[in-house]
Amino acid sequence: MKAIVVGCGRVGSAVAKKLTKSGWDVTAIDENEEALARLGEHWSGGFVVGHGMDVNVLREAGIEEADAVVVATNGDNTNIVVGQVAQKRFGIECTVVRILDPARAELYATLGLRTVSPTSTAIEVLTESVKACSVKPVRAPAAAS
Amino acid sequence: MFVLVAGGGKVGSNVARTLRRIGHEVTIIEQRRDRFTDLEEEFEHAAIVGDATEIFVLERAGVARPPDLVVAVTGDDEDNMVICQMARERYGVPKVIARVNDPRNEPHFDLLGISPTISATQMIMALVEHEVPEHELIHLLELRKENLEIVEVQIDKTSPSAGKRISGLKLPSGSQLISVMREGRAEIPEPETELQPGDQVLAILEPGKEDELRRVLLKR
Repeated sequence: MKAIVVGCGRVGSAVAKKLTKSGWDVTAIDENEEALARLGEHWSGGFVVGHGMDVNVLREAGIEEADAVVVATNGDNTNIVVGQVAQKRFGIECTVVRILDPARAELYATLGLRTVSPTSTAIEVLTESVKACSVKPVRAPAAAS
Repeated sequence: MFVLVAGGGKVGSNVARTLRRIGHEVTIIEQRRDRFTDLEEEFEHAAIVGDATEIFVLERAGVARPPDLVVAVTGDDEDNMVICQMARERYGVPKVIARVNDPRNEPHFDLLGISPTISATQMIMALVEHEVPEHELIHLLELRKENLEIVEVQIDKTSPSAGKRISGLKLPSGSQLISVMREGRAEIPEPETELQPGDQVLAILEPGKEDELRRVLLKR
């Protein structure tokens, strides 16, 4: 199985390494050559320097043979566009896109994109963590809307 | 008409200003504080500060009414695509116009169905083609939705079509000559019109027929 990870930052590089460990053949893409260092000294997968919006870069990374694409650059709108290019132009059904803005993540999910919003997850987890503390709130909780 | 302009740089502010002058209602969104301050002086409450790809910013600018037209002219192609897509898909905006900053992104706009698009590079290239005679087949107009284009062809002495009647040319199906410009005068060609060196011929055709048309008229 082959996966492409667009954006090799903190998140992208970690996803690339985890997928490799689970037996995937992974190629990472990043604009910055130094991002390769995030993959560690023993990185055996592919690495392409370039922008995810550039179709030639996607091709060089082997998108035409890919089974999955993970898009996690630091730009929400870049991710939205690259995700749709992978999905619609290259027909990769398993395209997963990180979108930090919960509103856009939700909207694009309704438009058929597999979106993941770490911000929404953080909001959930932080709120639940506070509720889990043994401290009583000052007021009675508002009725569920 | 109510128009929402996303991007308050030179392009956006001038588009907004012109639309207002001819009597349209406009709101303009600009992210940069320094630019916004100037825009606010001119457009007052119709200038909105913020990232136009944020839904709450778009809503403050009135996207939910919805506008008759959204013009996305920021300096970022990704942003322009997302603005147009959200305006159309979520708010049912009937018409969008997007600026393409990097012509290499044009296929992405097409893929997402965002049209029409305006690209300064491509417009300049079209003018260059028009002004520089070496380009023998010049693109004048692309009718994307109709899948047709209008091109201009310069006939010279060496062209195989020079001295021939139009009825005798094996023009590809899906193409038609629509005008012949000779000595500064344009005429609608008849089947018996004879092409001459120096003629500028306009043709309408399906984009895929270009090479065939070139062969018949110019053989290059």
